[in-house]
Amino acid sequence: MVSAIVFTPLFAALILLFLPKDDEEGARRLAFGASLLTFVISLGLLAKFDSGTADFQFVERLTWIEDFRIQYHVGVDGISLFLVLLTTFLMPLVLLASWGDVHKRVKEYLFFFLLLETGMVGTFVALDLFLFYVFWEVMLIPMYFLIGVWGGPRRIYAALKFLIYTMVGSLLMLVAILYLAYQHNAQHQNVTFDLLQLYNLTLSLTEQKWLFAAFALSFAIKVPLFPFHTWLPDAHVEAPTGGSVILAGVLLKMGTYGFLRFAIPLFPEAAHAAVPIIMALAVIGIVYGALVAMVQPDLKKLVAYSSVSHLGFVVLGLFAFNVQGIEGAVYQMLNHGLSTGALFLLVGMIYERRHTRLISEYGGLWKQVPLYASIFLVVMLSSIGLPGLNGFVGEFLILLGTFKANPWAGALAVSGVVLGAVYMLWMYQRVIFGPIKNEENAKLVDLSPREVAIFVPLLALMLFMGLYPQPLLTRMEKSVEATLKRVNVLRQASPEQSRRAQYERFPNRPPLDSPVILSSSKDDTELKH
Amino acid sequence: MVPINYHLILSGILFTIGVMGVLLRRNTIIIFMAVELMLNAVNLSFVALARQLGSMDGQVIVFFVMAVAAAEAAVGLAIILSVFRNRETVNADELNLMRW
Amino acid sequence: MEHAHAIVPTVVHTVSYLRFIVLFPLLGVLFNIFLGQRLGRKAVNYVAPGVVLLSFLFSFVAFLRLPQDGALVDTVWPWITSGSFHVDFALRVDPLSAMMSLVVTGVGFLIHVYSTGYMAHDEDVARYFAYLNLFTAAMLLLVLGENLLILFVGWEGVGLCSYLLIGFWYTDDEKASAGKKAFIVNRIGDAGFLLGLFLLFWSLGAKGVWTLSFSEIQAHASALSVETVTAICLLLFVGATGKSAQIPLYVWLPDAMAGPTPVSALIHAATMVTAGVYMIARLHFLYSMSTTALAVVAIVGAATALFAATIAVVQTDIKKVLAYSTVSQLGYMFLGLGVGAYTASVFHLMTHAFFKALLFLGAGSVIHGMSDEQDIRKMGGLKNKMPTTYGTFLVACLAIAGFPGLSGFFSKDLILEEAFVSEHGSWLLWLVGTVGAGMTAFYMFRLLFVTFWGETRASPEVAHHIHESPVSMTCPLVVLAVLSLVGGYFTLLHFLSPIFGEPHEPHVPFLIRYDTTLASLIGIGLAYQMYVRDPDMAERFGRQFSGLHQLLANKYYVDELYDAVIVRPVVAASNWLWQVWDTLVIDGTVNGAAQTMDASGLLLRLWQTGNVQNYALSFLIGAVAILGYYLW
Repeated sequence: MVSAIVFTPLFAALILLFLPKDDEEGARRLAFGASLLTFVISLGLLAKFDSGTADFQFVERLTWIEDFRIQYHVGVDGISLFLVLLTTFLMPLVLLASWGDVHKRVKEYLFFFLLLETGMVGTFVALDLFLFYVFWEVMLIPMYFLIGVWGGPRRIYAALKFLIYTMVGSLLMLVAILYLAYQHNAQHQNVTFDLLQLYNLTLSLTEQKWLFAAFALSFAIKVPLFPFHTWLPDAHVEAPTGGSVILAGVLLKMGTYGFLRFAIPLFPEAAHAAVPIIMALAVIGIVYGALVAMVQPDLKKLVAYSSVSHLGFVVLGLFAFNVQGIEGAVYQMLNHGLSTGALFLLVGMIYERRHTRLISEYGGLWKQVPLYASIFLVVMLSSIGLPGLNGFVGEFLILLGTFKANPWAGALAVSGVVLGAVYMLWMYQRVIFGPIKNEENAKLVDLSPREVAIFVPLLALMLFMGLYPQPLLTRMEKSVEATLKRVNVLRQASPEQSRRAQYERFPNRPPLDSPVILSSSKDDTELKH
Repeated sequence: MVPINYHLILSGILFTIGVMGVLLRRNTIIIFMAVELMLNAVNLSFVALARQLGSMDGQVIVFFVMAVAAAEAAVGLAIILSVFRNRETVNADELNLMRW
Repeated sequence: MEHAHAIVPTVVHTVSYLRFIVLFPLLGVLFNIFLGQRLGRKAVNYVAPGVVLLSFLFSFVAFLRLPQDGALVDTVWPWITSGSFHVDFALRVDPLSAMMSLVVTGVGFLIHVYSTGYMAHDEDVARYFAYLNLFTAAMLLLVLGENLLILFVGWEGVGLCSYLLIGFWYTDDEKASAGKKAFIVNRIGDAGFLLGLFLLFWSLGAKGVWTLSFSEIQAHASALSVETVTAICLLLFVGATGKSAQIPLYVWLPDAMAGPTPVSALIHAATMVTAGVYMIARLHFLYSMSTTALAVVAIVGAATALFAATIAVVQTDIKKVLAYSTVSQLGYMFLGLGVGAYTASVFHLMTHAFFKALLFLGAGSVIHGMSDEQDIRKMGGLKNKMPTTYGTFLVACLAIAGFPGLSGFFSKDLILEEAFVSEHGSWLLWLVGTVGAGMTAFYMFRLLFVTFWGETRASPEVAHHIHESPVSMTCPLVVLAVLSLVGGYFTLLHFLSPIFGEPHEPHVPFLIRYDTTLASLIGIGLAYQMYVRDPDMAERFGRQFSGLHQLLANKYYVDELYDAVIVRPVVAASNWLWQVWDTLVIDGTVNGAAQTMDASGLLLRLWQTGNVQNYALSFLIGAVAILGYYLW
């Protein structure tokens, strides 16, 4: 079932290539249908998901490259389940929106989007580090083209910046992945990229720190964590609406998901050691993103910087290392996907009509487009975390968890909640309230039924997740607890002691702080078998 | 019998002449000839050493080199010819299209 | 009135009809959003007040069925469970919340009815009632919430409705700004509230009690240390200063008068702004544990009471006078809480809801009759043209001034006496309160005299149109006037005793017993002297003390101060962060890395001359070097 979700979009993308070039309508329908089908299949995951276990479910395992024990190994747990669903849920909506915002090279646009979906879902379900890396990179390419071809005036700059920035991070991660595989060979006499086996690897603190740094840098760029965030506003401003929605809604979650799935459980002690730094960066990001968002003249840039602030919350929650913090963080990833995705859709729709994103060009829209304004209102309230809507549950749990881990970080982060209200309300006021100052705005038409249809599921989900989060939290619980256990068990003993203990269990290992040696004679013999 | 050193010294001298020709001359054909000279200098030492050591290996390699040199001469001269047709010069200094 | 040791209403009776109290207004919201525009004004005018009336009836049923020493709890669904954190979506009715929900739905219903008249000419009436119904639902959630988090949901919800309703006439930028200001200032308070909630949760958790439910907190509060309790109480109090407009976060309330007048009556006088008072009364067992927290509450309350009263004295906008008066009265409630007189404070909350709602509705009636004029200097002589409005307004003025026998007298008197005799009180708090009470009487009667007495100062065409308001508006006025008259006799002392403990009559010195009466008579007399007998006197005073007058008329320049000290620097800093730090430093570094690569590429390509002989020379040098390496 998982493979069906991963490869249905890819399959549809390949069929798309054989459609006649000028059949835009057919291509759109095919792509929309395929993404809808993918969503329906993924609902099956939700229905059959067993919330009583922390193990990976719907696991599929095939040998891929035998010599290096690289496997096609996929599966979901309570954390990735909802991220997969978020992806498959947003995709049909984005493709539905494409009827309005894409009019050139439609077929290619849809092709890249479907390819992107395969990459994203694959990244969330991959349980083999090599496979994960492949999907991680597969994701980059369509996004690069989506920004570079269908983007705004500075699209080439933005696309290159996005691609190269992300690549720099991911190459370091690749080195770390290879090191892990070799290390597994040294310890257990076989090479493996299997995540579940690598979890059992014992690494010295120094090793952990270096490897954690490599992973963390890659994920921090993706999140983006302050100060690695400057690619984001550029990419968002230049990307087409659909690209922005997916970029904010799903791609950014790759970073936080990566922390939770890889960087933290693989290197628990290093993660603990990094808490002060990462929490500091997250808190700075929260406040900084909000402040900078406040003074943006461009709607998309404002939303982009608000993402920096929101993702700061998520990272903060993850590194609180308690149930509330992590569950809140996962919940907030979904919330951010919904509300920021919806915000980008709203900005895109008004851009289609007026061809400008400058806040100062607008004003008094409620009079002209009340439906648009009302939906905007709800989305904005969800984004600033009003109780009753989804944003609150995530933000609250994160802050609750953070406050326990570090009251000062919690207190500073709470100020981000205030600032969040400031920049959103101020923007909303300037766009929606006031008299109509610009004649152009008096000619605006309200949302079409197609556009309303995009928002109905979004708003319904926002309300549902705000009022009844339990079904989601229950399904996350076991996986989050398992992750926490992995992180905190190693924490029981002091780092020095546990390193000593590990060292004694594996006496043939090099001394703890010796330089990294990548190859040994054993590797070669092992590989030949 | 001529001592082996004489052959090797001659080979060295020929090779040096060839190198100097490649480095200093500007005419591509002369450069090409100088390359051939270097090849033959090496051939000479191969043959001499083969004789000295009583092994056939060196002589086989010389045949091999000659075959390759013949092929190379054919291709090389063809390239020079087509370059001349396009650029009306075979001066190496002017053939710097590959430059940044 | 020393509180004997408080009895905890521990007996919990599970019921399932409390949810309807909140549900009906929510149905009203849905109706107004989806059908209101289509079915037209008439349907809206019946449905919107109707759902609130239904809520009132259910609240009344709950009130009647309220068990002795117990509480009704309705657990609707489990809301959030995460690790050891668990919160139910649950409602609770005990004497305190029963009284609050009756006030909210009762006064709310009257104001809904009034609104049908007041908004009769507004085309967006469905949107208006959608907001107003939503507000009622949120406020009910606030007062009925069984735990601190549900209270917070209502707390934020009423803030949202306040934002929407203040900016209801959104085409006016100033009104929209006022709404935004209200929301943001409230959010600052809410940040403190949240931190207090976190601290409370984890401190109790450290004792093994994982809960936010009020009865559980009360049962285990004694396990907490006094320092922790003080910190919790002060943080929660920050939230209360935001919502209930106390120093230093009161600045949003006067601006909030930009909203329609019935909104000011409901939200910014009778209900929402008292949320802070309710919250502290709800958590009185925590506050009682910390003398420091109580002292802070009392001092802030007393200071606000006096401070706002001085501003109210010189305001000329009818609604602004009432707004500052509200801030001041809320100060009294906090003063009451701070000296431990919880019952008196809640009592004042109730009577204030009656007479302040009445004052605002009366002001609305005046504004309606005066063709949207709000400046009292352009009014005058309305006594005869709007007799019902005048009569009810007079009752409200007497009540708020603390005239003996009316509702305000009893509650205010109780607070001031407690301020004097309570172990947490002091003569200074009492003095500030009493002076404030005198000023209250003065500015309210100044308002009354200038507005309703004397000759009209309106322009002829406005004066020509002046008319009494329709029945839908005067009816609520009369009902509220009756409540303001007799509200003082609903003594809550025994009704609330399950919550706050059995009161006993305080022993106060003879003079203190008549402080309120004296202060109100002096205030009224002074106003009569200055505005009726010798109307020039006010003018003379204004000129004589022009500096002071300026200071007061400009509200001590607090808005300007906040603007200069907080708003502007933050915006400037943000601009700097964006344009210098983000664009030049961070992005500059990123682009700098790219440019370094570019430049090194440029440098390296100089090596590629394209000249075959140069390459050949490098071969040679390389070959010689390698040869040399092996030979030597």
